[in-house]
Amino acid sequence: MTIHTDLPFSRRDLLKGGGALIIGFSLIGPAAAARGDVAGPPDPNTVDTWIAVHADNTASVYFGKCELGQGNTTGMLQIVGEELDLDMSQLKAERLDTHVTPNQGATSSSSSIHRGGPQLRAAAAEARQALLQLASVRLGVQTGSLTVAKGVVFVDGESAGRSVKYGELLGDKPFNVKFTGTAPQKPANRYALVGTRVPRVDIPAKAAGTYEHVHHLRVPNMLHGRVVLPRGQRAFGAGAKPVSVDESSIKDIPSARVIRKGDFIGVVAEQEWDAVKAARQLKVTWQEPPALPGNADLFSKMRAERTTDTVIADWGDAAKGFGEAAHVRSSGYRCPYQGHLPFAPNCALADVKGDSALIQSSTQDVYTARAMLATVLGMAPEKIRVQYFEGSGTFGRSCYEDAAQAAAILSQAAGRAVRVQYMRWDEHGWDNYGPAHIAEVRAGIDAGGKLVAYEYHGWQHGWTVTSSVLDIALQKSGVERASGSNSITVNPMSTGSMYQVANRRVIGHAIPMTGYLRGAALRSPLDLSFAFASEQTIDELATAIKMDPLEFRRKNIGDKRWLGVLNAAAEAAKWQPRVMGASLSSAEVVSGRGIGLGTHHVSYGAAVADVEINKRTGAIVVKHVYAAMDCGLAVNPALVENQIEGQVIQSVSRVLKEEVLFDKSGVTSLDWASYPILRFAEHPEVTAVVVQRLEEPSTGAGEEVMGATVAAVANAVFDATGVRLREYPMTPQRLLAALGMRT
Amino acid sequence: MADLKIVVNGRDVSVSATPDTPLLYVLMNELRLKGPRFGCGLAQCGSCSVLADGVEIRACVTPIANVAGKSLTTLEGLPALYAQQKGLAQAPALHPLQQAFIDVQAVHCGYCYNGMTIKGAELLAQTPKPTDAQIRAHMDGHLCRCGTYARVMKAIKVASARMTGGAQ
Repeated sequence: MTIHTDLPFSRRDLLKGGGALIIGFSLIGPAAAARGDVAGPPDPNTVDTWIAVHADNTASVYFGKCELGQGNTTGMLQIVGEELDLDMSQLKAERLDTHVTPNQGATSSSSSIHRGGPQLRAAAAEARQALLQLASVRLGVQTGSLTVAKGVVFVDGESAGRSVKYGELLGDKPFNVKFTGTAPQKPANRYALVGTRVPRVDIPAKAAGTYEHVHHLRVPNMLHGRVVLPRGQRAFGAGAKPVSVDESSIKDIPSARVIRKGDFIGVVAEQEWDAVKAARQLKVTWQEPPALPGNADLFSKMRAERTTDTVIADWGDAAKGFGEAAHVRSSGYRCPYQGHLPFAPNCALADVKGDSALIQSSTQDVYTARAMLATVLGMAPEKIRVQYFEGSGTFGRSCYEDAAQAAAILSQAAGRAVRVQYMRWDEHGWDNYGPAHIAEVRAGIDAGGKLVAYEYHGWQHGWTVTSSVLDIALQKSGVERASGSNSITVNPMSTGSMYQVANRRVIGHAIPMTGYLRGAALRSPLDLSFAFASEQTIDELATAIKMDPLEFRRKNIGDKRWLGVLNAAAEAAKWQPRVMGASLSSAEVVSGRGIGLGTHHVSYGAAVADVEINKRTGAIVVKHVYAAMDCGLAVNPALVENQIEGQVIQSVSRVLKEEVLFDKSGVTSLDWASYPILRFAEHPEVTAVVVQRLEEPSTGAGEEVMGATVAAVANAVFDATGVRLREYPMTPQRLLAALGMRT
Repeated sequence: MADLKIVVNGRDVSVSATPDTPLLYVLMNELRLKGPRFGCGLAQCGSCSVLADGVEIRACVTPIANVAGKSLTTLEGLPALYAQQKGLAQAPALHPLQQAFIDVQAVHCGYCYNGMTIKGAELLAQTPKPTDAQIRAHMDGHLCRCGTYARVMKAIKVASARMTGGAQ
């Protein structure tokens, strides 16, 4: 890569004058190694790692956050364009690649714009400063007298006067400037590109069908591979142990062959259909796995576990608060395992040679993927190059690492490039599921409706740090992440933090993952569960004193940003004061409206949901959701609106329909029939509202209105029926049971 | 392994595949088309949809032998099919629904848009001015995991208006 920290010209030399510059460039320009020649990550402390300016007055931007369909590429380019005064047509985002792009950590937890953005903005500001200094020398005026438009530097006050293009100053030569982070940045009140509704750069090719998803990659002389796993994962820690493999069972399939590594079994074939058939047909006898609780005994087993308890928030004196409360409501809630289940099962292409490997994958973190591949392949990480190609929406840790590792194992053994795609049952059955959760919530108010005590207890297991293919191939029992982000335990932001409560306790009860299903972060991890439990409890208190639930929340919120999103959602919905469940109808089809709040970590989410319920069939239809988000400075409000819509529809799917099914031996929901998701005909209308705050730092926008949506829907169901569901998905069976009308 | 003749996007093509091979694998691997793509292999999601004589089918469960003699249209051939249906001299770069998907910024990951476009185009050819209920019913066999149904709906209405001379 062309990053030279030890170049003969320091930044000071560069700034001395044109002579040194010209000599410098003539020495290092053409002779410099091309980007991609050596393993990364490149040095983050040099501007060249982040930005390259080309002779045609365009710029390449190198960052470490991947496009997952959320549109972050467009937002990141807006940030760079703003600082450099380039327009979108002059900017190109380069592919994430462990030989090319900087390591900005995983593209997770809505961190692209929030955490990746400021770093990129600072790099662009540093690049601009360097370019202005070059222009100053070239044009013979102070940098303070220069203005830039579309990459052309003008001398102030000279209409049709002196100017020079970025491309002329630096075309395809390195900056050789240290990234100090101290270059002045444009103040928000001068933003012209940031804050505007720039169309997504990836959409035209996606709509035309010319976009290259990872699934589209094909290389010459490539084999097709498939994994052979038991249908549906077994208890975490048990792996998948073959007792016998009958290779003669696929002898009628030309070119198909079995490849094994440890307990891992895969097949490769010249034709894809032959690989599919061989994987299906291969006779494998698997060792009897240890028992899982199954759906029937899941929650009782979880609740009875020996737990590791953590006091996550403890303000005031909860016991005293409850003692003084005029009204207290408490309930237990049960929330299911749910899957990531990208629309297309994961896919990867690997070409492993003796001393090098190229892996093309839709991983959310190319550098972590490389480290895991190094372990699986027994190769040094620097020998492995991982390139990112977008898959289909993943929403967290689906089986992308597994597909990449499987392709790598098969390629290493076969000595040829191998493309692996998971089958639908592999992806549904071997996902790293969003963990199940039990909540016990208690909250109390004084006679005037002021919250005086709040207590949340949550039970769940954690996440895996490895992947099933790695564990199986290396015959490991898997590792549960023992500590880390708040998401692995009860998130204090999602459990009452929006309210002013003098006495509040939040307690996490961690159960061990061994003997349950493999867990990992699923979009807005557990926040849907927290909001389902917490916000129904809040609503019950409003109902207890016959107060409008919007008014009740306003009364108990102190923070202006929580109030802002709450009011924005209510205004969009033209909320009229109501007492929840106060006007129940005896009609067969009834309607209701609910409101809820939620977040992930930093941004603020609120939603109002309108539902229609058929009391005979138990079917709940969400008709319309009005959802508001405050993510600070929305770099592109259109991107945020689109994210709000996606979150709302996915949350409605998750609260109404989604649940991983499993019995004592393994997962049984292996396709879209056994794990239904919201269908086209069932989707709600969505009104998305972005509460723009130009003066605040940008925070995440990919997850923060999901909890609010789930809460609003649950509260609307009560409003329509007078019945509270304490478990989701809120299926017709569960609603009918609650209505006492089980059929 | 037999040589089979099929008609794809107006072209006669000869492919080598066992007769039980699903059409999808031939389109993806032999013809290297990017429109039809694997989603479930079970005809549950609509990722692999193509038109056979103008009717949407699921290429993932349709053996290649079953489409002999049929005129197949993939996403790649949709603008030309539209031109033919409308009697246009020249095929546009994009079907009006594809343009509408761009204009309403409907797409997230974009993977399900092969099916959304094929099925939506089928609807608009059959029912130029569909009602909301007709759109919901017609599109119900096509899943989207990113949650873009509402924008797909909006785009179909935009395309309908444009295709029938409306103002949108």
